[in-house]
Amino acid sequence: MSTVKLTVNGKSVSATVEDRTLLVHLLRENLNLTGTHVGCDTSQCGACIVHIDGKAVKSCTTLVGQIDGANVTTIEGIAKGDQLHPMQAAFRDNHGLQCGYCTPGMIMSAIDIVNRHASDLDEETVRQELEGNICRCTGYHNIVKSVLDAAGRMKVAQAAE
Amino acid sequence: MGVEGIGARVARKEDKRFITGRGRYVDDVKIVGLTHAHFIRSPHAHAKVKGIDASAAKDMPGVVDVLTAQQLVDDKIGNLICGWAVSSKDGSPMKMGAWPAMAPDTVRFVGQAVAVVIAETKNQAKDAAEAVVVEYEELPAVSSMTAALASGAPQLHPEAPGNVVYDWSIGDEKLTKDAFSKAANIVSLDLTNNRLVPNAMEPRAAVAEYDEAEEHFTLHTTSQNPHVARLVLSAFYNVAQEHKLRVIAPDVGGGFGSKIFIYPEEMVALWASKKVRRPVKWTGDRTEAFLTDAHGRDHISHAEMAFDTNNKILGLRVKTHANFGAYMSLFSSSVPTYLYATLLSGQYNIPTIYAEVMGVYTNTTPVDAYRGAGRPEASYLVERLMETSARQLKVDPAELRRINFVTQFPHQTPVIMAYDIGDFGASLDAALKAIDYAGFPARKAKAKAAGKLRGLGFSCYIEACGIAPSKAVGSLGAGVGLWESAEVRVNPVGTIEVLTGSHSHGQGHETTFAQLVAGRLGISVDQVQIVHGDTDKVQFGMGTYGSRSAAVGMSAIFKAMEKVEAKAKKIAAHLLEASEGDIVIENGEFKVTGTDKAIALPMVALAAYTAHNLPDGMEPGLKEGAFYDPTNFTFPAGAYICEVEIDPGTGKVDIVDFVAVDDFGRLINPMIVEGQVHGGLAQGIGQALLEGAVYDDNGQPVTASFMDYAMPRADDVPSFRVSHTTTLCPGNPLGVKGCGEAGAIGSSPAVINAITDALGHNRIEMPATPGRVWEALQLQQAAE
Repeated sequence: MSTVKLTVNGKSVSATVEDRTLLVHLLRENLNLTGTHVGCDTSQCGACIVHIDGKAVKSCTTLVGQIDGANVTTIEGIAKGDQLHPMQAAFRDNHGLQCGYCTPGMIMSAIDIVNRHASDLDEETVRQELEGNICRCTGYHNIVKSVLDAAGRMKVAQAAE
Repeated sequence: MGVEGIGARVARKEDKRFITGRGRYVDDVKIVGLTHAHFIRSPHAHAKVKGIDASAAKDMPGVVDVLTAQQLVDDKIGNLICGWAVSSKDGSPMKMGAWPAMAPDTVRFVGQAVAVVIAETKNQAKDAAEAVVVEYEELPAVSSMTAALASGAPQLHPEAPGNVVYDWSIGDEKLTKDAFSKAANIVSLDLTNNRLVPNAMEPRAAVAEYDEAEEHFTLHTTSQNPHVARLVLSAFYNVAQEHKLRVIAPDVGGGFGSKIFIYPEEMVALWASKKVRRPVKWTGDRTEAFLTDAHGRDHISHAEMAFDTNNKILGLRVKTHANFGAYMSLFSSSVPTYLYATLLSGQYNIPTIYAEVMGVYTNTTPVDAYRGAGRPEASYLVERLMETSARQLKVDPAELRRINFVTQFPHQTPVIMAYDIGDFGASLDAALKAIDYAGFPARKAKAKAAGKLRGLGFSCYIEACGIAPSKAVGSLGAGVGLWESAEVRVNPVGTIEVLTGSHSHGQGHETTFAQLVAGRLGISVDQVQIVHGDTDKVQFGMGTYGSRSAAVGMSAIFKAMEKVEAKAKKIAAHLLEASEGDIVIENGEFKVTGTDKAIALPMVALAAYTAHNLPDGMEPGLKEGAFYDPTNFTFPAGAYICEVEIDPGTGKVDIVDFVAVDDFGRLINPMIVEGQVHGGLAQGIGQALLEGAVYDDNGQPVTASFMDYAMPRADDVPSFRVSHTTTLCPGNPLGVKGCGEAGAIGSSPAVINAITDALGHNRIEMPATPGRVWEALQLQQAAE
């Protein structure tokens, strides 16, 4: 067993868990943050992506014991109250989701993509960067559209801050 | 119709919960006292189960119980069923091998369950499963249809000699033979339609709870059709009585057909919840999905088409072997027969067709409906044959199609279907224009100068959706009727709930169904709530598959709305002291036409519930239900053109352009329709270029994870160019045809036709991986 302290969506969390506990299971089972999903068992699909210290990470491949002291943000933690994150709004406005299962991971991954490609984000880059997220519903067409749309919105939002 | 009515690109009502992580899927369900199930599965494709020793496992931490197949037998739990009876051409019934939910004596595919561990946590269940000792005696296995049909092959089921499920035929053999004898040209083709794994992103799951005092079960499950699940679980499996079983399919993360069926795991979870007197959760992992979700396609076919001297089709002859896997899944028998061979006429005037289909057992995962279900196999065969014929006859492929198009409707094909309406030429014209067909030779030359091979391929597909008229499918062997039900409840304050037997698992029904109601009443979609997926709330329903929810499900809502509106008009006329015939509904108000007299919907609704002042003899309340049974299938059709570029150095195929022109009849929400097409196209392109479930000769699956099975990723597919032509479906009140499967049905032949065009020969099979394309290029060079 190991005891770790984390910050999850801005709140301090202390958890004593089996050494083999994965972050995704801590989030889903212990913290009831069920927006983070498990879609595979080989770290391929990306439905489980969260941000650890601001970077997109697959929580199905992260042992809780590895990240003592880390700052974790999940899909439940990116909106400001009723105000959606620009990436969430862009997914809704561009019909970037259907069944919704891959969506949290897509959004968390996409925010990280936009953060890392400030000005040079084009369709090809988005498609390559989304390699680690599988969607079976949308054919990616509207996901790519959503990410490009959100990139513009995030730029505007940052300029305003 | 109002700004949020039919035809409007309304943003989806359901999206907020999904983009904020508040969706509620089965694995998110938590109940006090929950236990967790983990199945023990056969590592062998074919073996006798000699014994199970669970004694050590039962003593492990957290273990509640280990239940074995024999206990299912002892409890007289029924075997899994196949709900569509198909007979062989000699009249004999299909040969159904018994399929118990857990195998007591023989396992017939890798992954078949023999026992289940129930423990306090999932990890404890998994740990204990390691300690269960199962003794197997391996038997020889057959993993391909060729091996299964060979003389002396290992036999799967005593009920099915030669591993044959059925030997079925459709059409007129003699007439077709005569047509071929008069042919000026005959074109033939051998085809493999590769086995696919549906891979909805949410794995299957079940949470089962048994209330001892009430003797009542509740099952949360990943289902496209919870009412059918309840019916089958109660009527056939003997797990629970129908009125003592509530089935809830909450948010479901994609289905594509694979969540139609009632699988062993869900049934065992339900049964186990009573055995252990605790709620039981089972959530499959991806490996289990690869091993146990029903697979799709897997045909081997030989096809021949006969032409006259004017290149008009005289006849079509088809021989298909369809792999069923180890057992007959719920609707497996109908897929390679009534959902496949009935579409072999394509968009064409074909005077006579004869098709034979042999169903074959192999030691592999069972095969059933996957997005398109039979129709992709038909369109792949017909459209590959048309393209091959055009090249052999030296006719432009668009022109060969055009001169053979059905242009008069209704059109009776020689294989049951009666096409109601369409304009195939209009879709083809629009697609040719969109792709700039005239400019293709220049693009090809430019690519060649850059060392690339360019090719262009067509697919003019047709499918049958909106399944289906109950009487028609009943006469063909279906065990169920395929109507849909709806109930419209107007609340006393004028807000509306619509209860539907359709189930949304990505299709956006909460928005599109609300659009129908909002448009008719001139109110906002926010005032309309769609209720689905719970057998306690919705009386009955047949669920969502076969692109049926708009054509059948919404038509039921339409009928219920007509009844609600008729009653509301009577109330409004009474309150306004006007004639009922003068009342019109506009912008949420009931108006007396030609006057300024009006009463708002909430006031009419309130009057219905206060019942202080209703017309004489009228019952209080404002709630109506309807069942809708379609009069015919619907026939979405379209023209797809794919343009590819091949790198001859690597064999890598790039889709440089993809144009899809579909005729779906009236579009409810074009944004959602486009999304359905995009997703279908990616699945069809996945089949053409990437996907394929592979077994080794011993029946071991070698593609049982996303590391081995190539799912389409964002950089494997292009942005698509999607547009529409419209002929309104005459068979339902909305004029809709269905759009859920078209992309998957029409796209794979277009991709392969483009590749064969670029290659200059036909010797390539799906998936056209870089390795296969590179090898095909070497064949070409060797020939030169």
